[in-house]
Amino acid sequence: MTFWIASSPHNHIKAATPSLMRFVIMAAIPGVFAQWYFFGWGTIVQIALAILFAVLAEITFLAIRDKNIKSQITDFSAVLTGLLIGISVPSLAPWWITAIGSIFAIGVVKQLYGGLGFNLFNPAMAAYVLLLISFPLQMTSWQPVNSLLVDDISFFNNLWLVLTGYTWEGFSVEQIRMSVDGITMATPLDTLKTDLTLGLTVNESFANPVFGEFIGLGWEWVNIGFLLGGLLLIAKKAIDWVIPASFLGSLLIFSFIAYTISPDSSASTMFHWLSGGTMLGAFFILTDPVSAATTKKGRVLYAALAALLVYLIRKFGGYPDAIAFAVLLCNMAVPLIDQYCRPRTYGHKGVN
Amino acid sequence: MTERSEYKELSWQGLWKNNPGLVQLLGLCPLLAVTTTLTNAIGLGLATLLVLVCSNATVSAIRNWVPKEVRIPIFVLIIAAFVTCVQLLMNAYTFGLYQSLGIFLPLIVTNCAIIGRAEAYASKNPVKQATFDGLMMGLGFALVLMVLGAVREILGQGTLFDGADLLLGDWASVLRIEIFSFDSKFLLAILPPGAFIAMGFLIAGKNAIDAYIAKKQPKVETDKTIERVRVNFEG
Repeated sequence: MTFWIASSPHNHIKAATPSLMRFVIMAAIPGVFAQWYFFGWGTIVQIALAILFAVLAEITFLAIRDKNIKSQITDFSAVLTGLLIGISVPSLAPWWITAIGSIFAIGVVKQLYGGLGFNLFNPAMAAYVLLLISFPLQMTSWQPVNSLLVDDISFFNNLWLVLTGYTWEGFSVEQIRMSVDGITMATPLDTLKTDLTLGLTVNESFANPVFGEFIGLGWEWVNIGFLLGGLLLIAKKAIDWVIPASFLGSLLIFSFIAYTISPDSSASTMFHWLSGGTMLGAFFILTDPVSAATTKKGRVLYAALAALLVYLIRKFGGYPDAIAFAVLLCNMAVPLIDQYCRPRTYGHKGVN
Repeated sequence: MTERSEYKELSWQGLWKNNPGLVQLLGLCPLLAVTTTLTNAIGLGLATLLVLVCSNATVSAIRNWVPKEVRIPIFVLIIAAFVTCVQLLMNAYTFGLYQSLGIFLPLIVTNCAIIGRAEAYASKNPVKQATFDGLMMGLGFALVLMVLGAVREILGQGTLFDGADLLLGDWASVLRIEIFSFDSKFLLAILPPGAFIAMGFLIAGKNAIDAYIAKKQPKVETDKTIERVRVNFEG
């Protein structure tokens, strides 16, 4: 650790929790906008629901714990948790999925461990994993990109679909998910995984319309949106650049190794960077100041471990995307990483 | 200590204060693995109870002839013998349950709650008390299993006593209660992480009740010294 000695006047960077949280929320706007553009109003409905339930749960649990509700609600941490859950839940999932996730994230993962600053795990990702292993069917029913749909779904229809499971005209989620050809559509990651197990090569699989012309129709723009927001966060020093850099760099290395060994069955680095929740994970989730490693060296290791897990689970695991699992496993490893990456104490030699 | 209060103390210890499931946290593996339904929980609870009573009685009966140096292998052999009996009985009479409990039935041999009681209590006390202690500890364990099984079954499938006919015979299929039905099961409650979470809530609940009782009776009891060695085995 370096101590820079500066003479007065000292300028205080006003990095209080509420303003930091507000800034992170605003930085997510480009990604959310892209998600809305490609996946319709369902995204917005889910985000609104998730924030609503997260805030309600936060108020309830703070009241039970006899804490100061006003000061802890206005720090926007519950809103951010809700936002992240809303972003990661499929846009066509029924409302109770989002409700269970938000209440679990705030009630169990955050407040039971002692509230903001004490949670071992990232609340949004823990909730996502809970939902994914409990309700695999609903949690993988992503709507195909708007341009592949038979007709557009209006905001009202989307709201109705989330609340009742059917649109106003009576179409079910399954019918909505059919493409023009009458085939249910999956996400690019899912499609690629299924195709590879069927013996197709990556190039053959990429002929599927879900991939669009580049990496994955819609998904690439969502990821670029989150990348933009993340770069803004780094530029404003709201998050440490080390974590995303180490994460994306390690992902590059791992996918490059796999690609050189077997190009037919490994997707390119670009595919890994721009599909699923990679950018959201790299900039908004792994960088959570509470559950991430605290030292520089530790953060490099933490993010590299996450990248390795993401790659392994995407390639060999049973679930299509892996960000949430990787983040939780790395959260678990954080105390150990911090233990072995303690910086030298000023005035002492070597590791104490 | 009179004999009567000794029994009272044994019941209190086994069922609540020193409960093998909630306080000693022994035998967690079967506790978490088989409590997916109430029927499974009752089946394993009864099997453990039976083994615990028999092994405690036997260990206590032969306590004066067992050399101290080899007592643990002897206890294990005794427990294994009873587990084999229970296993064969369940294989014969409740075959469906025997199959659904699977490996966890023979694994009762390694249940630390049983060997813990043999070592900590039965090998030092007369047969009557040791048997009673086994009964109470076994009941305490079985009760925790049943609560956990019931909670997980309700949350996971919305039913109670699903598959009770496996344990009690064909008539028992009428016991199945459908509390509510989902379109989709809440898989987490049935999977192992759900067991850990539910167990954590149970322990927290017990501690909360203890704290509440302690708060309600401020310093009424005089300092009674309980001459009892509480040995917590790890495992």
